[in-house]
Amino acid sequence: MSTPESPTAYDELSQIRQETDRCMKCGNCMAVCPVYATEKVEAGVTRAKIAVAEAVLSGDLALDDPKVYRMLFDCLVCKSCAANCPTRVNFGRIMLALRAALVRKNGLPWLKKAIFSTLRHPRLFDVGMKAGAVFNGLAFRGVKAKAAIAPRSPFAWAGGTIGFDGERLFPELAVKPLRDRVPEVISVPDAKFKVAFFTGDSLNYFYPDAGADVIEVLTANGVEVHIPKGQSCCGIPVLVHGDVETARALARNNLDVFEKCGAEYIITGCGSCGGAWQHDFKEVLADDPVYGPKAAYWAERTYDISTFLTEVVHFRKPTGRVEASVTYHDSCHLKKSMGVFREPREILGSIPGITFKEMAKPDACCGSGGSYVLTHYETASSIGKRKVEDINRTGAEIVSTGCPACMMQLLDNVNRFGTGQQTRHYISLLAEAYRNEKAAS
Amino acid sequence: MLPPLVPGLEEIVGKENVLWNAVDLTAYSYDATADQPRQTPDVVVFPTTAEAVQKIVHFAREQKTPLYPRGSGTNLSGGTIPLRKGIVISFQKMNKILEIDAENLTATVQPGVVIADLNAAVAPFGLIYPPDPGTVSTATMGGSAAENSGGLRGLKYGVTKHYVMGMEVVLANGSAVRFGGKTVKNVTAYDFSSLFVGSEGTLGMMTELTVKLIPAPKAHRTMTAVFKTLEDAGNTVAGIIKAKVIPATLEIMDQMTIRTVENFSKAGLPTDARALLLIEVDGMSEDLVAREAEAVAGVVNANHGELKTAATDAERNQLWAARRSALPALASLNNTVVLEDATVPRSRITDMLVACEAIGKKHGLTLGTFGHAGDGNLHPTILCDKNNADEMARMHRAVEEIFDAALGFGGTLSGEHGIGIAKMKFLGNELGQSGLELLRSVKEALDPDYLLNPGKMVPTKGNA
Repeated sequence: MSTPESPTAYDELSQIRQETDRCMKCGNCMAVCPVYATEKVEAGVTRAKIAVAEAVLSGDLALDDPKVYRMLFDCLVCKSCAANCPTRVNFGRIMLALRAALVRKNGLPWLKKAIFSTLRHPRLFDVGMKAGAVFNGLAFRGVKAKAAIAPRSPFAWAGGTIGFDGERLFPELAVKPLRDRVPEVISVPDAKFKVAFFTGDSLNYFYPDAGADVIEVLTANGVEVHIPKGQSCCGIPVLVHGDVETARALARNNLDVFEKCGAEYIITGCGSCGGAWQHDFKEVLADDPVYGPKAAYWAERTYDISTFLTEVVHFRKPTGRVEASVTYHDSCHLKKSMGVFREPREILGSIPGITFKEMAKPDACCGSGGSYVLTHYETASSIGKRKVEDINRTGAEIVSTGCPACMMQLLDNVNRFGTGQQTRHYISLLAEAYRNEKAAS
Repeated sequence: MLPPLVPGLEEIVGKENVLWNAVDLTAYSYDATADQPRQTPDVVVFPTTAEAVQKIVHFAREQKTPLYPRGSGTNLSGGTIPLRKGIVISFQKMNKILEIDAENLTATVQPGVVIADLNAAVAPFGLIYPPDPGTVSTATMGGSAAENSGGLRGLKYGVTKHYVMGMEVVLANGSAVRFGGKTVKNVTAYDFSSLFVGSEGTLGMMTELTVKLIPAPKAHRTMTAVFKTLEDAGNTVAGIIKAKVIPATLEIMDQMTIRTVENFSKAGLPTDARALLLIEVDGMSEDLVAREAEAVAGVVNANHGELKTAATDAERNQLWAARRSALPALASLNNTVVLEDATVPRSRITDMLVACEAIGKKHGLTLGTFGHAGDGNLHPTILCDKNNADEMARMHRAVEEIFDAALGFGGTLSGEHGIGIAKMKFLGNELGQSGLELLRSVKEALDPDYLLNPGKMVPTKGNA
């Protein structure tokens, strides 16, 4: 760990040596790396990427060599390798530090720069996303009953090579995002807890209904919910591209905004967002004397909604029924970064009517990796196909998960390789059970 | 710049199956062995058929360039490092299970099949493929056959060589040969399978394997026992066998390992214990296994051990967790993990443990020993700092003394990791001059030009 006196690995690449030194090259990462399982070449797997990092540190390879660059971005940062590593090498730190060093050396490509800079200005980003929702109709056609869209033919033709063919499904961008639908504070009588909901961008813009379900379940359990309007992106999407300064700016803004709202806990409904609050804010702000300690403070008080329900509020078991067979996909960041895998299953198990069907390898990556699926569609799709084959074998009608990025990837891949399963956030099933009990009474 | 070997290889296997950029070559410059030189090959090639392998051999002969066969590269003897550059031939894309024959209890596989994948595929038939090196979830059938890998079940179920019934192998002259097969008995000609299993890629390259499967045991019982003295633990190992119980697993951890594991994972191990045994008996029926477990308990009690038996699968996992974290826990102590596998007759286990401890102390090194007590295969593990030349030199002296000790007790240099680069210079100590000459005669009869995996196993002037 770096201290305020020493630079972080995101500012000084040589700091990763303490991580790379721990790698024994034992190859356990090969058993779980989704990229390696697909490509079957050593450069795809973690220990090779560490060997290349070592070669960069010793000067045998150049960081901005296009081959090094390509290899660096052929990784979903799913952290499966770290979870399976006998010596607990923090590979996420190595990979992100390399990408950060690359950005320091060569700057961001103009397109990334243009997109990421809007993230620093939440209002501007918000306007852009809403405009995107309107423009959806130009490039995409709606797919009824799936709340999804597929590229219209001219775009499908042009985008075929990166998966923007006519078959590709995306969730619809919501014309009215979650944070515009709800007030900043939702009080309940005799609130047991006061929490702040960090929606993240995906629940805000793509899956506002699932976001609303988080709020509904919390209030149904006597919890006062704050949804600060000033919150911004968690920063993971830019951090994985090496844009540490934007990630820091976003983290500082979020810390300020949430500190101000006076809540006791921060609740997330996305493994990447929750992981950012629990780990990444601390990591990137480690040498910041003001925000470093704040990040550490909130890291301890951030819970995935499932953990908060099962371990803090001890949620009320629903009596309303949801008649469905359901399987659960472990989001990589939810399980491997936040350590959450038992809790969503406990919640699903509490819902009357649900038949739970565990799939083989439930914690194998789905192939999303945030933007990885956009840049490496072919590999992402083979990874997704293996996932859907495991889902198909369960015979479940609904595949649930705890991360909106996984929901997007599953939506697309279930459509291609599945048998018509629905993709749901697990919290939506609990919300539905609560609603059904009201309807029954 | 296109390396000169690339066009010829692309013609054989296609562009998509040849790698030669600097990043890819770096990825094939190492294997899982600590303290070994790294070397990038000139090119990496992925054949998908035996015919392609033959063509690659002919091409390499013409080009006078060495061939380095590779599975997953998880061996612990430097066996896959391309010491003299040349061509790495990766079998990762020959990874199909060709047949599972439940009537004859065999499976026929391509060399790139991962061991755990074969086990997953035969499980629905109620069968297992028993060899289980620590790397089952990554290592390939071809690689583990070439290394004759062992594992935790060696005492009862044997090692890889006991399960390979036949193969197709491409020789250094480019011809492909088939021998052995699905018959239980086969004495036709020399026992070629035994020649190629454990040959570490120096005699030929396996392109297909037929292996034996066995019915999966239906019941098991898992226990741990802790002891106040090494002698008690050693006597327990001998006593269990004497009581005519052959456990599937009979593992030992010394005090240093116990303390490190406890520090690492807080599993509740007694840090004052001098040794810990993990014992698992298995069999085809509950009553049989219960009787064996009772016999084990008797021996443990007679030797002043403190016994714990797992009542549930969760408890079984807990007991195993301590053993599973032995290597990770030790490895967490420093940046270099030298994992030896010197092996002694079972009756000398206690002597060997004492010797390893003394050697570690003498050289001021952090040394923990754990391993397969039931078959005498110990893993003295030295943790050192690769940036500390003095410590590395002391480590090298300690390793030499560990080998001497094992040989002194009538043991062997390597129980399951193989010779590769790492132990080549010590071979003479065990085999003597006449043994080295035999080794050389066999190598040169099959590969006179040292085309296959040169710099490994066979110590000659040109090969060291």
